[in-house]
Amino acid sequence: MNIPLVNRDLLKRQQRNSSPRRAQDRMTIFLFLLPAFVFFLLFIIYPIIRAGYFSLFNWNGMGPATNFIGLNNYKQILTDQVFMKGVGNCLLIVVLSLAVQLPLALMLAIMVGRDLPGRAFFRTIFFMPYVISEVITAIIWISLFSPDPDRGFINALLVLIPGVQPQNFLGDMNQVMACVFIVLTWKYFGLHMLLYLAGLQNIPKEIEEAAMIDGANRWQTIRNVTIPLLGSTIRTTIQLSVLGSLTQFNLVWIMTTGGPANASEVMATYMYRYAFIRFQLGYGSAVALVMLAICLIFSVMFLRLARQPDYLGSI
Amino acid sequence: MATVYTLKRNTIKKKLPRFFQYLVLSFISLIILVPIVIMVFGALKTRGEMFTHPYTIPNPPDWENYAQILQTPSFWNMLGNSLITMVGSTVGVLIVCSLASFVFARMQFRGKGLAFNFLTLGLMFPITVAIMPVYLVVRQMQLIDSLLAVILVQTAFGISQNMLILRGFFTSIPMELQDASYIDGCSAFGFFWRILLPLARPSLAAIGALTMIVSWNDLLTPLILLNRDTLWTLPLGTMQFQGQYSSDLALTAAFVTISALPVIIFYLLAERQIVSGLTAGALKG
Repeated sequence: MNIPLVNRDLLKRQQRNSSPRRAQDRMTIFLFLLPAFVFFLLFIIYPIIRAGYFSLFNWNGMGPATNFIGLNNYKQILTDQVFMKGVGNCLLIVVLSLAVQLPLALMLAIMVGRDLPGRAFFRTIFFMPYVISEVITAIIWISLFSPDPDRGFINALLVLIPGVQPQNFLGDMNQVMACVFIVLTWKYFGLHMLLYLAGLQNIPKEIEEAAMIDGANRWQTIRNVTIPLLGSTIRTTIQLSVLGSLTQFNLVWIMTTGGPANASEVMATYMYRYAFIRFQLGYGSAVALVMLAICLIFSVMFLRLARQPDYLGSI
Repeated sequence: MATVYTLKRNTIKKKLPRFFQYLVLSFISLIILVPIVIMVFGALKTRGEMFTHPYTIPNPPDWENYAQILQTPSFWNMLGNSLITMVGSTVGVLIVCSLASFVFARMQFRGKGLAFNFLTLGLMFPITVAIMPVYLVVRQMQLIDSLLAVILVQTAFGISQNMLILRGFFTSIPMELQDASYIDGCSAFGFFWRILLPLARPSLAAIGALTMIVSWNDLLTPLILLNRDTLWTLPLGTMQFQGQYSSDLALTAAFVTISALPVIIFYLLAERQIVSGLTAGALKG
C-alpha cells in the first residue's frame, strides 16, 4: 500500500536537473499570466495612478494639465454639502440593504428550503429581475412611480383606498430614496436569495434534524444551526451588497439624475456630473479616488473583521 | 386514541405552514412579475388605449409598436453593436481567465500567492469607481468611440471574479490526470489544451454565460467611452430612446420589451450555467 508509484523527491530532483522541462514550465507560467497582468495593469492599475496625478490639478480635459492646485480638490470634495449628501444616501442604502433586503432574502431562501415542491419555479421568477438590465429596470419603475394614476400603476392602486391622494414618489424629496431602495430590492434580492439557497444546499440535513431531535423548535434551529452554518455565504452577500450600494449609479441616474434638489444624490452620480457633464476631469478624478478609498477601506476592514471560523469546513 | 389525535394534529401542523409558505411566495412572485407584465401589455396597445385602459390586458393586441421598432435601422444597429461587444468581451474573459486560472490551479512558482492576490484586487471595488480613471487612459490611447475599447475594459473588469471561479473548477479536476499526462510525455500546455479545457467545458460555459449577461446589460462603460450614436449598444440606446420618446409610453414599452427579450430568453435557457457560475464565485470567494 505504501509503495509510491512515483517518488516525488526523485521526480523533483530530476525536474530540477532536467532544465528543458523547467524552462518550458517557466515559459508557460509567464506566457499564461501575461494577458491577465497586461489587462489588469493597463486598464485598472495605471488608470488609478493617472487619476491620482490629475486629481492634483484644476483641469477641464482640454490640453495638458498645468494648473497645479495640490490637495485643493480633495478639500473641496470633503467640504461640499452635496457630496456629503451623496455619502449619506449611500450609507442609507447600505444600512437598509443590510437591515431589510438581506434578511428578506434569507427568510425567503429558508422558506423555499431544500425540498419545497415548485422550488425551481420560484427561484427562476425571483432571480429574473437580476438578469434584466438596470436601464430597463429603471424605465419600468419610472412608469410605475408616475404621479398620474392613469400612467403610474402604484398610484392607481393607492387611489383605490378612500382618502388617499396620488403621491409624487420620485419627484418628492422625502420619498425618493425610499423609492430607489424599493427598486434596488426588487432587482437584487433574488441574487442574494440564490446565494443563500446554494449555501443551504451545502448544509447536511442531518445536522438540523439532530437539533430538532434534541428538542430545538423550528426557530431555534434556524437561529442556532442554519444561520451560523450559512456564515460564509452571508459574509459574501454582505460584501456584495455593501460594495454595490456604495457605488450605485445606473438606477439612480436614469430614474432621478440625483434629484429632486440632490435628494437622491449618490457618490457615483456626483462623480459623473462633475467629470462628464461639467467636464472638470481633475475634480472628477479626485471624487473617483475618494470613492475608491472608501471601497478599499471597507473591503480590507471587512476581510479582517469578518474572518470567522468556517463551521461547515470543519464538519 | 391518542395516536390518532397526534397524527391528525401533525398533518394540520404540516399542511398549514405549507399553505402559508406558498401564499408568501406567490405574493412576492406577483410583485416581481406585475411590473414586467404591465410593460409587456403596454407595448401591445395603441396610444389611445394606453390612455383609456392603461392596465388591462390588450384586447385585441396591437403589434404596431413592435413593428415600428423593428423597422428602425438604428435598433438593428444597436443590436449588432451589443452583440459584437458581448462576443468580444466573453471571448476575452474566457481566454485570459482560463490561462491565468490554469497557472494558479496547477503550477508552482515563487510569488504565486502574491500574484493571485494582486489579480483578485478587482473584487474590492466595482467598475463604477474606476470608470473615470479608465476614461482618462482610454482617451490617452485614442480609443474613445470604438467598440474595441468597451471590449477591452469589460474584459479587464471581468478578470478577478471569473478567474476566481475558474480556478476553483480547475482545482477540482483530479491531480492524477495531470501526473498521468506528464508521464506520457505531455507538456504543461498540452495538458491544459488537450485534457483540462475539454474537461472544464461546463465551467467555461458558466463563466461565459455570466460574462455575456454582464456585458449585454452594461450601461456605464459604453455610456462613457462611446459618443457617436452609430456605436451605441442596446442599454445606451434604450436610455436615450426613453429620454426622447418618454411621452409615447406604448412605443417606449415596446422598445424596452424587445431589448429585454434576448436576455430573458437566454436566462431561461442557460439558467443552470448562470446559477452555477454565480454560486461558485460566491461560495469560494
